[in-house]
Formats: sequence, structure tokens, C-alpha cells
Amino acid sequence: MFEEIGTTAEGDLLINVGPQHPATHGVLHLVLTLNGEIIKKVEPHLGYIHRSIEKMCESLSYRQFIYVTSRMDYLSAHINNHACALVVEKGLQVEVPLRAQYIRVIMDELTRIASHELWWSAMSMDLGAFTPYFLAFREREKINEIMEETCGARLTMNYMVPGGVMAEPHPDFQKKVKAFVADFKKTLHEYDELITGNIIFQNRMKGVGYLSPEDAISYGCTGPVARASGVKSDIRKIAPYDVYDKVEFDEIIETGGDCFTRYQVRIKEMSQSIRIIEQLIDNIPDGDFQAKTKAVLKLPKGEFYQRVETARGELGVYIVSEGAAQPYRIKFRSPGFSNLSALDHMVRGYKIGDFIAIMGTLDLVIPDIDR
Amino acid sequence: MFLKDYITDVYRATKSLLTGMKLTGYYFTHHKEIITEQYPDNRTTLKLADRFKGEVWMPHDENNEHACTGCSSCEIACPNGTIKIISKFDVSPEGKRKKAIDQFVYRLDMCTMCGLCVEACPTDAIKMRNTFELSVFDRNNLIKRLNEPGSKIREGVE
Repeated sequence: MFEEIGTTAEGDLLINVGPQHPATHGVLHLVLTLNGEIIKKVEPHLGYIHRSIEKMCESLSYRQFIYVTSRMDYLSAHINNHACALVVEKGLQVEVPLRAQYIRVIMDELTRIASHELWWSAMSMDLGAFTPYFLAFREREKINEIMEETCGARLTMNYMVPGGVMAEPHPDFQKKVKAFVADFKKTLHEYDELITGNIIFQNRMKGVGYLSPEDAISYGCTGPVARASGVKSDIRKIAPYDVYDKVEFDEIIETGGDCFTRYQVRIKEMSQSIRIIEQLIDNIPDGDFQAKTKAVLKLPKGEFYQRVETARGELGVYIVSEGAAQPYRIKFRSPGFSNLSALDHMVRGYKIGDFIAIMGTLDLVIPDIDR
Repeated sequence: MFLKDYITDVYRATKSLLTGMKLTGYYFTHHKEIITEQYPDNRTTLKLADRFKGEVWMPHDENNEHACTGCSSCEIACPNGTIKIISKFDVSPEGKRKKAIDQFVYRLDMCTMCGLCVEACPTDAIKMRNTFELSVFDRNNLIKRLNEPGSKIREGVE
């Protein structure tokens, strides 16, 4: 957009970050208004990866629309699918077998760890550290292998179906998850050694991109971004779904509100996810992996809503049903969109170098924002 | 005072940097802990998971028989219109007309590997195969016919 190059009437410099920029990790277009080095305003331009997923879902049946949601927030594909499966089950009033619930939650938490690892590596690379990329991808590869064996895919799994999961876990599933947990606990300290304790890194993160609890609430921030500002927003605690009410874990809440706190929240969340997996992996009950459902699913007339905690925050799925085999209207409340809206507020007054750090700790996945 | 803070900062920064470098050095000298795969070179030994969803295929046994009845469950289950079943009517020696598949058309270019067709199949006639190097030079080659020429339905599959 050539009209956004140059200077404003006040003499401020306009800079385009994106749509093709390594720091945005996707096709996000941001127009920065700069006074010298100080950021005065950020204007996000969306729509570069809009695929009209919500509209597409209106022509798909309740079994079919789940696979599309893997393409929204592709790093927490499992959790997106989980949300969709849950809302359909809510409409059909299907009781999901306990075994399926356990498998679902284990898969969700593995996805969360994989997502946080990718965030950690990508954010470190934005700030100039390259080694973290390889370290985190080594651990993430193990999770991907578990996913590949059980679900048949590494990124867009489509393993959740209304009523349970698609298939029995692989015979090696428990063994591999346990091996991963043991390995991960041993290597988690490397993350702190490499990046967290680094003074240069800390100086770039501490006191940068402050977001107050009031602003976090008013912008609708959820997930680690809100929890770093001291807002209780973990859906797993507020409105537990599946077996989250049976496991013990801490909701990580910090009050710093700056980039470093957001960083710490995610690092600590990884060990909480490990805690959840450890409690569940040995106790997967026997039974069916899928409840019996009809061949054609038809939700009764009405409105259904379900929210889950993805790696980025609260994902809400809202379905309006007219009683047909397809939804009348679907709306996804995506965490990335709300978190991005707070970006303008967070970067004002900081320097352009801090902008990359703030963007990094927001953990944006662009297809999730546009859908 | 300022100078003292400055020097302390430099010292702490260097120390923390070296802590990180120590880790990098550890992996630099411990080659056994490297798990990178040299992909195109290890084609012969590379084995993907059995369940890996690479493409849909129809297993045929040694008599060139498959288990597909042509019920179109997969065609209905597919979200993208990937599968098209063209059916015909076989006439048995007793003169009975029986529905059978003429062509099972599978469009790989439209497939998202969701696995819903395999889930929907009542006779387990189609499966996902773990092949993954599927690129071709002409996109017409991506439209495949899954039932082999001359194949027929296995006895006893309804």
C-alpha cells in the first residue's frame, strides 16, 4: 500500500512491517507511526490469510467441520478440534467415554507444550539467539512423533470426533509419552540456562510492553498474556471441560505485566502441562474410545457455546443450529485477535527495537487472527 | 558509582552469555545426542509411522479383489468432494443385477488427509497409506483411480 509510505502531516515516519516480515511469523501487516525511534501508533491490517472458515463451516456437516479448525491456530490444532467436538457433544448431549476424555486431555497438553516450544524458539530467534530454535525443535520433534504415530499427522491431526477420538492410541503411546516426559524434565533447565538467565535478554524484556490488568480485561486478552498481567483467565480452571477438574495443576498468575513476565508464564506453563500428563498417563481407564453416535448428526434447534484454553488463550465456538445437519452459523472467538488488539496499547512510547520483543511475547498465529 | 554498575553489568552479561555458550559447546562436542535426520539421503532407511495419513488407497488381495461395495459413505463423508464413485451393475450368472463400482475416483489435489472417509467406510475397503512423496509434474496425474483394472468385489462382503 504505497499511500502508507512516507511521512504524516506532523512529520512522523510511517513504516510498514509485513505482510512479509520475519518477525510477524505470517502475513500480518502492521503500519507503525514513528517519531524518531519512538512508536506513536500501530495499526494492524488484517485479511491477508482470510479463508472464510466460518462461512465454509456452514456448508459442512458436524463431523466434517472439525478438520477445518486445525487450520486456524495450527499450533494448537488438537485443542481447536477439541473445542468443536465439545460443542457438538453439548448439543447432542452425548456422554463421552472416560478413556476418550483422558486421551484428549493428554493430547491437548502435549500440543500446548509443542506450541510453547515453538513460540520460545521463534521468539528467541527474533531477538537474535539462534541456538534455542534447534533445542526447542528437538523436543518438539518427539511430540510430533507421538502425534504422527497415534493421529497420523504432525500438524493438522483431526483426531477428535464428536463422541470421542478417532482411533485407539498407538500401542507405544504410553511408553513414548512417558519417555518424553522424562526427557523433557531433564532438558527444561537448558531453556533457563540459555535464555532466561541471560542478562542481555533480560534487559530487552524487563519493563517493556507493560499491560495493566484493567487494560488486559478491557481489550479481551486471554491466555498467558492476561495471566502475566495478573488476570485469572485459565478456562481449564474457570470452566473445566473433560477431565481437567480431576487433575491438579496451578494456574500460573504473575503480576509483572511486561514482556519478561509473559515469557516466564509460558515457561512455567510447560512444567504444569507436564504435571497434568504425569497424572493422567498411567491411569487411562479401559473402555471405548468413542461413544456411539448416529450416522448423521443433527443438533437440536438452538444456540451452543463452548470455550477451551488453547496455547494462546480462550477459544470460543458458537453454533446456531436450525435443526439441520449443517450449522446455521458458526462463530469462533479466537485468542489471537483479541491479543493483537492490545498491541497498539502496549507498544506506544517504546522504541522500535522493543516492538519485536512485544510482538514475540504476544505469541500471535496469524491464521488464527484472520480465520 | 556509575562505572561500578557498568562493569558489574558487563561482568554479569558475559557470565550469563558463557553459561549459554557452555550448553552450545556441550552439544557441539556430543554428536550422539544429535537427532537430525539427513532426509533425502536416508530414503532407504526412513520409515514413517504406519498410521501416517499420506494418501488414500484401496488394498487389493492376490486375486485382485477389493472390499468396496460402492455404498458412497466415503463420498458423503468427504468434506472436499475428493472422492467420486462411478457405479455400474454387474449381472451374475443367475441373471441377478448387483451394484458394483466401476471407477473409484480419488482426487489427491483436493484431499486434506483428514481421514473421515476411512472412518466412514463400513467394510474397511479404503485405508490411508504412509507414502508421502506424492508430487507429480502434471496435475492431471493427481486424479487417480483406486480400484485396479479388472478387479472385483471380494466374496462375502456386503
